[in-house]
Amino acid sequence: MEKALALQMRGITKRFGSVVANDHVDLDVYRGEILAILGENGCGKTTLMNMISGIYFPDEGQIFVDGQEVVIRSPKDAFRHRIGMIHQHFKLVDLFTAGENIVLGVKEEGRYNLKSVNAAVTKLAEKYGFHLDPQKKIYDMSVSEKQTVEILKVLYRGADILILDEPTAVLTPQEISRLFDVLRRMKADGKSIIIITHKLNEVLEVSDRVAILRKGEHIATVNTSETNEAQLTEMMVGKKVDLEIDRTMPVNAAPRLMVKNLNLDDNEGLHVLKDISFTAYGGEILGIAGIAGSGQRELLESIAGLQPVKSGEIIFLNPKKDKPVTFFHKSMKRVKELGAQGAFHDGKMQPVSFDGMSTSAVRKWVESGDVLFKEDEIINLRDKTPLEIRGLGVRLSFVPEDRLGMGLVGSMGITDNMMLRSYRKGPAMFLDRKKPRALADEIIEELQVNTPGTNTPVRRLSGGNVQKVLVGREIAFTPKVLMAAYPVRGLDINSSYTIYNLLNKQKESGVAVIFVGEDLDVLLALCDRILVINSGAVTGVVDARTATKEEIGLLMTRTERKEDA
Amino acid sequence: MSQHTAENREPLVHLSKRPTIHPVKSALIRLAAIVLGLAVCGLVAFLLIEKIRENPGKIWDFYNAFIKGAFSTPRKFWKFLRSTAILLGIALALTPAFRMRFWNTGAEGQTLVGVLGAIAVSFYLGDKVPEGVLLMLMLLAAMLSGAVWGVIPALCKAKWNTNETLFTLMMNYVATFLVSYFLVIWVPNGSSSLPKMKYGKLPAIGGNDYLLPILVVLFLTIALYIYVNYSKHGYEINVVGESVRTAQYVGINVRKVIIRTMILSGMLCGLVGYLIAAGMDQTVTTNSVGGQGFTAIMVSWLGKFNPLFMILTSGLIQVLNQGAAQISQDFNVSGALPAVITGIILFFIIGCEFFINYELHFRGRHGRAQAKKEGVK
Amino acid sequence: MNIWLNFLIDSLAFGATFMYGSTGEILTEKAGHLNLGIPGIMCMGGAGGCLMLNLIGKSGLPPFLIVLLGILASLLMSGLMGLIYSFMTVTLRANQNVTGLALTTFGVGLMKVIMSKMDATVYLVGPKMFYRWPFAGRQDALQCLGVLFFLAIIVAVASSYILFKTKVGLHLRAVGENPATADAVGINVNRYKYVATCVGSAIAGLGGFYYIIDYMASQEAYLSLEAFGWLSIALVIFALWRPHMTIIGSTVFGFLFSCSSYITNIDWIHVTMAMKPILKMLPYVVTILVLIISSVRNKRENQPPSSLGLSYFREDR
Repeated sequence: MEKALALQMRGITKRFGSVVANDHVDLDVYRGEILAILGENGCGKTTLMNMISGIYFPDEGQIFVDGQEVVIRSPKDAFRHRIGMIHQHFKLVDLFTAGENIVLGVKEEGRYNLKSVNAAVTKLAEKYGFHLDPQKKIYDMSVSEKQTVEILKVLYRGADILILDEPTAVLTPQEISRLFDVLRRMKADGKSIIIITHKLNEVLEVSDRVAILRKGEHIATVNTSETNEAQLTEMMVGKKVDLEIDRTMPVNAAPRLMVKNLNLDDNEGLHVLKDISFTAYGGEILGIAGIAGSGQRELLESIAGLQPVKSGEIIFLNPKKDKPVTFFHKSMKRVKELGAQGAFHDGKMQPVSFDGMSTSAVRKWVESGDVLFKEDEIINLRDKTPLEIRGLGVRLSFVPEDRLGMGLVGSMGITDNMMLRSYRKGPAMFLDRKKPRALADEIIEELQVNTPGTNTPVRRLSGGNVQKVLVGREIAFTPKVLMAAYPVRGLDINSSYTIYNLLNKQKESGVAVIFVGEDLDVLLALCDRILVINSGAVTGVVDARTATKEEIGLLMTRTERKEDA
Repeated sequence: MSQHTAENREPLVHLSKRPTIHPVKSALIRLAAIVLGLAVCGLVAFLLIEKIRENPGKIWDFYNAFIKGAFSTPRKFWKFLRSTAILLGIALALTPAFRMRFWNTGAEGQTLVGVLGAIAVSFYLGDKVPEGVLLMLMLLAAMLSGAVWGVIPALCKAKWNTNETLFTLMMNYVATFLVSYFLVIWVPNGSSSLPKMKYGKLPAIGGNDYLLPILVVLFLTIALYIYVNYSKHGYEINVVGESVRTAQYVGINVRKVIIRTMILSGMLCGLVGYLIAAGMDQTVTTNSVGGQGFTAIMVSWLGKFNPLFMILTSGLIQVLNQGAAQISQDFNVSGALPAVITGIILFFIIGCEFFINYELHFRGRHGRAQAKKEGVK
Repeated sequence: MNIWLNFLIDSLAFGATFMYGSTGEILTEKAGHLNLGIPGIMCMGGAGGCLMLNLIGKSGLPPFLIVLLGILASLLMSGLMGLIYSFMTVTLRANQNVTGLALTTFGVGLMKVIMSKMDATVYLVGPKMFYRWPFAGRQDALQCLGVLFFLAIIVAVASSYILFKTKVGLHLRAVGENPATADAVGINVNRYKYVATCVGSAIAGLGGFYYIIDYMASQEAYLSLEAFGWLSIALVIFALWRPHMTIIGSTVFGFLFSCSSYITNIDWIHVTMAMKPILKMLPYVVTILVLIISSVRNKRENQPPSSLGLSYFREDR
């Protein structure tokens, strides 16, 4: 290659405590090229880039810009060397306009004049093919517009080296292709672009060269035109890994949860879920695949009763026909209600009536096992709060994506977190910590949670241990439906496998498991069927035993063009 | 060479959050802060008090007065206990709200309307109903008024997420002027000073006027400790305070918890107002609470929202108050001195939290420690 | 002159106290710090100025210089209070509400100790004519207005200009809205917080000085100063965090606060004594209504700065 070197890294090492995030990494970036940095989660891609952009300071190693050794201590230093990074989590002031955000912190000659800034921004945007109104407030913007502002912010500072951290994770396919056009235009303009990603198809589509990182080490840098997906995968994961997940065939799969024509709008009236329908069967794992932000979170939250849906049905089926009624998950009040509705018979097909009976008499009768359900229970969960859903005796567990912000209380110990779902039980005013403590001990032992004690705030535990606590609690609830959103995100291999095994065990015991994942290999190895969604709509359901990654990838990006155009 | 650059570039002092701290260490840090604060108080006393400036030896009398102020006679000691109880009572009332991260700055007003409510009952019904009934009615009126004062901001917070800090702060002044309104109505001569009520006085236990409020607050401390730590309500408060999303996820009705907790908080403020009205003052002025509603915020915060620790913090503040009052008497200086001394000590106690929460790493030491670690490897 | 015009001018003059106080508080809040120490700071601003006047009042210096030194001492003293607050809340990351309340306790107390020892005949006489320039000696209501009053308006307008029309203001608002973002683009967050708090405190302190020396010019004036500190915090909400709005807001507040004494002079309005406290309550009630209405409308521009009350620690990201 005859292009000039823009950036060189030599022997860059960064440690966090005993963990080596980057180990003597050497990397070259040329002018006018797009370099992809490819690696699995936690391989040190972002850490490496944070050292060029001034967030972290390397423990060892040198950085050269245009052949000169430089010291980058802060984002300011990085800008001085014309390096700019677009972070995965945008750093914008919501209340400001695009123009104000772009000019923020820039030292310019002359008087500050927002009009001339806006004019300059518009010009810059046009140059690279962006569409942006500089007077629009950030809080009015879509994710992709915000990303545009971030990119322009960096360009406005005159950056020649742009680093984009997972820029496509939050974008729709159309937005991705638009972004790639812009990147190509910038490349033609002589800029160096580094794009961090773990998606192979994007690497092949947009980059000139690929640098592969694995466990903090730089494995190789290859020309994109001379490589292929298989070679890249092998370099990325080391040996060719077969995910050894013991997958059994579903036994007696019966419909458990039916979602019919579900529609959901967000606060601003945007359609987040469009006409979603599917059925989850007991005894199988249903995977949900899609680009991040396609409505996975909202779908699970609507089922769990956390989002008010616009239309559609969420139906829970309980195959209870001719089975005895128990107080295990039905309250006395609920049993009486159902009795009044004539939902029970006494084994001889005679209707059961509790009319005029005392509570203790009802209890005695029910506990004798002679009160049976007439039909399978069909319960519509729509417009029910989580509490009402539980009150109906629906055992629905949900492992949310945001573990410490939603699933657990970070400042509480394991015991107190165990109570989150169950503390209301009983009429007493005070808490009963005995059972939760026993449960905590059980989970610590069975799932090998590494913690100093049951009262240590869970916030201080490592990601894997936090997830074990959360999943452990949700499973202890003996669910009929178990939903898990990105349950292995950020977990090491061992913890991930613990979680996969737990989900498998649940499936084998007849639970309908819904698994939202991002890693297609895992989805293909773990699930029985995979539901693919894109932009809030179902684009296909495939058999995980026969489907290929390409097939799913295609569905993930398929859009209903008729509707869009 | 790279090692060299790294050494040069690292900032002089690096901060990091401490994951844990040994309780003895944190107690020592706090003690050191108080000692330092007292030393600064001495310096300020030297500047402000002429008698000490003329005769620096008198500085020991200055420090001695802190002990003298609260402990030298039984009467002073009982007074100290009672004023601690009142302050602690208000701080306790604030605690459930604070644990929910509802920054109630309106305890002053909530307590004041409690006093007002109790006195209103005694003003209008004093000679019409038996004393026992009157006392009960006063209690009800006080708690009801406090609850109303507390729940108004809570309703707006629950419904529209109105900023509660500013709202409750404003409610204090509305309460103050409400009191002056009633004083104008009740006192026809225009002096706005309401004579002591003849009826509605809490009985003295064993001839001791001070004991009853103290016992009530002591009971309240234990009850609240149990409430926040062992009751289902307390648990819900903690969950809502930590994360509203988690609360929704497990099906807690967040609005209900906010409103319920603020009713409780206001009601307890009203109860303390009742203790002030029926147990001490027998009257109401715009200054009946005397800023203790604000001091209580600091008591609760310094006590880490733990009712048992708050006994210590409220006691400390009252020792300072009474000691400083003693000083202003002994040295013949302005009656505002307690505020100055309390302020200074508070700065040190508040400031020392930093050294408990954060760890300072100095460049030189850090480098050496690092080198040592590597040497071991 | 018409009684209503008199009334208006008096409201303006009275309101200047809050104009200083709330302009100062707005600058602090825009940096993300809810400073409940403002009452204490205003008191200390007043005490500082009076202390200086007491020292040099009879020294025979030119009156102009005496006034100027008084103002400087006031600024210095309240600026120092601001420095204590910012050291505690910015560097030591202490809880802002608690620190502010402690500062108010301290400031109000210290002012009372200082003022009680001073001789009002020294600090109130002499340069008085200078405060009222160019209206000094007039017999109508205009004599209430003077240098410090006009300075208050200038400060409020200038603060708005700086906040909303300059780069420094943009940076300051960014610090208050989202310190992590400001930090990431190379803005020195702590420096902005310190400067905004200290300058804001100095401005607020001048309000205390103005009230004691100029508006009231009486020995007892300092006793009611604390209440006006709290009113200044209320006015910030009323003005929706815009300094120029404090000019209107403070006039309204001044009007409501002092109208009780005016209305009694008008025979066609029947006012009882009991009305007075109710009228004085109005500024707070109006503030509460503004607070509720702005939260119901939920317009982003009218909300308190997003990071108000939170300390910033870079490694918390």
